[in-house]
Amino acid sequence: MKYYDKLIFELSKEGRTGFSLGKNEWTETSDSLPSALRRSEPAVLPQVSEVDVVRHYTNLSQMNFGVDTGFYPLGSCTMKYNPKINEEIASMKGFQGLHPLQPASTVQGALEVYSGIEKALSAITGMSRFTFNPCAGAHGELTGLMIMRQHHLLRGDLKRTKVIVPDSAHGTNPASAAVCGLQVVVVKSNADGLVDVSDLKPLLSDEIAGIMMTNPNTLGLFEKEIKEIASLVHGCGGLLYYDGANMNPLIGVARPGDMGFDIMHLNLHKSFSTPHGGGGPGSGPVGVCEKLANCLPAPVVAPEEDGSLAQAFGKDACGRVSGFMGNFGVILRAYSYILMLGRQNLGFVGRYSVLAANYIKESLKEWYKLPIASVCKHEFVFDGLVNDGAVKDAEGNVVKEGATTLDVAKRLLDYGFHAPTIYFPMLFHQSIMIEPTESESVETLDAFIETMKVIAQEAAQDPDILKGAPHCTPISRPDETTAARNPLLKWQDSVC
Amino acid sequence: MATFQYFPHTPEDVRKMLDRVGAKSLDDLYCDVPQDLVHKEEYDLPDAMSEQEVRDFFESLDSKNQKLTVFVGQGSYDHYSPAVIPFITSRSEFLTAYTPYQAEISQGTLRYIFEYQSMICSLTGLDVSNASMYDGPTAAAEAVRMSLACTKKKTRVLVSSTLLKNVLETVETYSKFYGLQLDYLPADNGTTSYAALSEELAKGGVAGVLVPSVNRYGIVEDLGSFAEPIHAAGAMFIEYCDPSALAVVRTPGELGADIAVGDGQSLGIPMCFGGPYVGFMACRKDHVRKLPGRIVGQTVDADGRRVFCLTLQAREQHIRREKATSNICSNESLMALYTTVYLSLMGPEGMKEVNDRSYAAAHYLYEQLLSTGKFEKVFDKPFLKEFVLKPLVDAENLMIKLADGGFFAALPTEEGYVSFCATERRTKAQIDALVALVKEA
Repeated sequence: MKYYDKLIFELSKEGRTGFSLGKNEWTETSDSLPSALRRSEPAVLPQVSEVDVVRHYTNLSQMNFGVDTGFYPLGSCTMKYNPKINEEIASMKGFQGLHPLQPASTVQGALEVYSGIEKALSAITGMSRFTFNPCAGAHGELTGLMIMRQHHLLRGDLKRTKVIVPDSAHGTNPASAAVCGLQVVVVKSNADGLVDVSDLKPLLSDEIAGIMMTNPNTLGLFEKEIKEIASLVHGCGGLLYYDGANMNPLIGVARPGDMGFDIMHLNLHKSFSTPHGGGGPGSGPVGVCEKLANCLPAPVVAPEEDGSLAQAFGKDACGRVSGFMGNFGVILRAYSYILMLGRQNLGFVGRYSVLAANYIKESLKEWYKLPIASVCKHEFVFDGLVNDGAVKDAEGNVVKEGATTLDVAKRLLDYGFHAPTIYFPMLFHQSIMIEPTESESVETLDAFIETMKVIAQEAAQDPDILKGAPHCTPISRPDETTAARNPLLKWQDSVC
Repeated sequence: MATFQYFPHTPEDVRKMLDRVGAKSLDDLYCDVPQDLVHKEEYDLPDAMSEQEVRDFFESLDSKNQKLTVFVGQGSYDHYSPAVIPFITSRSEFLTAYTPYQAEISQGTLRYIFEYQSMICSLTGLDVSNASMYDGPTAAAEAVRMSLACTKKKTRVLVSSTLLKNVLETVETYSKFYGLQLDYLPADNGTTSYAALSEELAKGGVAGVLVPSVNRYGIVEDLGSFAEPIHAAGAMFIEYCDPSALAVVRTPGELGADIAVGDGQSLGIPMCFGGPYVGFMACRKDHVRKLPGRIVGQTVDADGRRVFCLTLQAREQHIRREKATSNICSNESLMALYTTVYLSLMGPEGMKEVNDRSYAAAHYLYEQLLSTGKFEKVFDKPFLKEFVLKPLVDAENLMIKLADGGFFAALPTEEGYVSFCATERRTKAQIDALVALVKEA
C-alpha cells in the first residue's frame, strides 16, 4: 500500500469533463424554469477527465484492505469470502434495468428471486415468512421490533412498552429499541457469560414486549438455556427476537425457529457472503413465525390466484420501512451463494467457522487472557495480553505503561492482517473479539496465530514497539481527538 | 468431508485443527447445544449448483422479466450511468472492505466518503453531510426524528402531502412507533399549502416541517417563503430533494432549510428493482451532533500528514447504545462511491446538461401526450422531468397496453392521475413511439 494524497477536487481544471451524452436533440433547457426556482450558482464539483477519475479512485483503492487482500478476523462481522459469481449475477443488465414500480406481469423473474430465497432462508432458520425490505442489520432489528409491537397493538395490548436486552448485546439492539419507542431493560450476564436466568425472571411482566437475544451471544457462547428463556418470556406474553448477526455458526446445524424465537433478522452481508462495501449496502431480511406473518412490512411478495407473483399490501402490516423492496442487488448475491452451497455444503459453513475460532482460541490462550474458557462458536473474546510489558516499581506502581488491546490491533496491521473487533463486548476492559470464518485455510490461521505470538513477545520485551504501530501502513495513527474537537467535514472547509 | 471451492479444508487440516482443540469430530464442537435443538434432518434446499448452473438459473429468471423503456420516476430514475462506475465500485479493495474502523488501512474508503460529503454539501448548499443513509425514504424518517432531538419540548412534525408516496409511508411507519405525531399539509393546486403551514405552525408544538423540493407530481415547489415562518415557530425546515435536480433548482441552503434529505439513486445508480440505493442527509453545522450515522473528518496522522477518520462517534450506537442519535450502523458506503464517481465524471457542466435534456424531453413528452386527446392537464405549474396527467381512458389498462408495447409509462397514482417521467436517456424517437402507442389506446 502506498500513500496517495489527492482529493478529486484538487485534480480539477476548468474545461475538463468525463461524460458523454451524445448529440443533443433538444433546444429547450431547464433555464426555462422561473428564476425563483433555480439555483443561483452552479454546484462546486470537480472538472476532471475520465482518466483522472479512473487513476484517482484506483489510487485510493490501493490504500484499502478488503477480504480479497487478506485475513479479516473482525468479530461479529463475519468477513467471509465474497464469491465472484455473486457479483456477476448482481451485475446482469436485465436485473439492473428493472424499475421497482413496473407492472408485476413484467417482473415475474425478479419476484421469483424473492420467493425463492424466502423459501431457502425459511428452511435454514425455521421461520415461516421473510421480508427483504430492510437494508441492513440494524434496519432489520428495527423492523423486527416494529413487527413485535404491531402484533401487541393489534391484540389491543398497549402496555407492552419495554424490551429486555442482555448487557452483552450489540449496540444496535438497544439503539433499535429506542428508535422503535421501546424502553430498554438490561438483563445481566452470569459468570459463564450467558444470560442470567435468575436475573431475567424478576424483569418479566405484562409490560414486556419481548426480549432481543443473539445466539451464540457476542462472547461466541451458545445460550444453553434458550428453551427455558423462551418459555419464560412467552409465559409473560412477550416475544423473542433473534439478532442474526451471529447466525453463521448455526448455519446447517441449528435453527432459531426451533429454539422458540418468533422474529429474527439475518445479515446477508455477513452469513450469506455478500460484500460489505466499506460499510454497506447490506441487507437485513426479517423472518417471522406464522402467527406474525400478517405484521410484516409492506409490500410483501405473494402469489395471486393464477399462481403469478405480485407485491401485496396487507392491512395488518406494520407499515413501509424503506423505499421499495430492499436491496435487490444484495439479495441476488445471497441467493446465488445459497444455490452454490446447496444442501450438500450448507452443513459445513457453521462447523468450519466454529472449528477455526476454537483453533485460534486454543492456540493463543497462553499469550492472551481468556476470560471464558468453554468451547466457543464462531467467535471468542480475549481480555488483553497476559504480559503487557508494563514495568512496575517496588511498590507496585506502574512506571511504564503496558501495551493495550488498541496497540495489539495496530501492530497486527503491520503484519498484513486486519485487526479483530476491539473494546467490544464491554463486559471486559481489553476485549479482543476474533471471528475467523470458514473461508480461511489452516495455513492462514497458523500465520495469524504466529503473528499474535510475536506481538505478545514484542509487548513483553518493549511495549513501545506496539505503541508506535502501525509502522508499515500508508499512514500512521490519525489524531482522532483533533478530528472530533475541530470537525473538518468537507473539502470546501479545508481550503478556506 | 465436503470438497467445495469456498472451503479450503482438507481432511488432514480438519484433523489437525480438531486435535489442537481436543475434539473428536466437528459435531463435538456443538456439545454445548442441547441435542434436541440440533437440526438432524436434511435441509429442504436445492442441490448444490455449479457456477454455470447458477448462471443458467438466473438467466432463466431474467428471461421472465420484460425489459421496458422507462418513462416513470417516482423515486427511481433511468438516468445514464457512465461505464467507469462499475469498474471502480467493483474493485475488491473497496467492495470487500468493512466499515473503515482501522483508518490506517482504510484511507481509500475514508477519502471517497469525505469527497462524497463535500459533493452533497455542494449540491444542497448546507454545511455538513453524513456518510450516507439506507435510501431517501428512511433518510426522511430519520430527519423527522432528528428535528425532535434538535428542538425542545415539541411533539409533532408537519409533512407535506405532496411528498412521494413511499417517503410519506416510511415516515409514517417510523413516526408511529417512535411515538411522534404527524400532521399533514394538504396540497393546494399541486404544491404544499402555505396557508395550511401557517395555520398548523400557529397551533404550536411543531418540531419540524418536511416538504419536497420537486414533489410527487414532478412540480418544482416554490419554497422561498417557507423558512421564515418555520424558524419563527422554532421548528426545523427539512427539505426532501432529488440530488440530480439540485444541480439546477434552488438549493436547501438558499431556501434556508436546516436539513436536506433524499435519494442518491439519480446520481448514476442503476434502478435495479429498487435497490441498493443511497440516502443522503445534510444539515447546518449547529446540528451536527444530532446527525445520525457515520461522519468522516479530516485530521493529521502521527507524522503530520493529511489523513481521514471516522469522527464525532459519540453520537453512534456502538458507543451510546439506546441514547444514540440513531440505530444505523452499516449504511450504503459503496453506493455513495457510485454517486461520487458519477459527480466527478459529470462535473458542473454534465449535471446541467442532464437536467436540461431531461427538462426538454419531459416537456416535449407532455405536449405530445396532451395532443393525443387521451389526457387532461392537471396542474399548470413548473416541472422538471416528471409530471402527472388526468387520463380519459382506463389508467390500469393503459399502463398494461404500453408495457405490452415495450414501455413502462403512465403509472396510475392514488389521486386518479397517471405519472410520467423523461430523463436525458429518452430520445425523441422513443417518445414518438410511446405517443403513437398511446394514440391507439
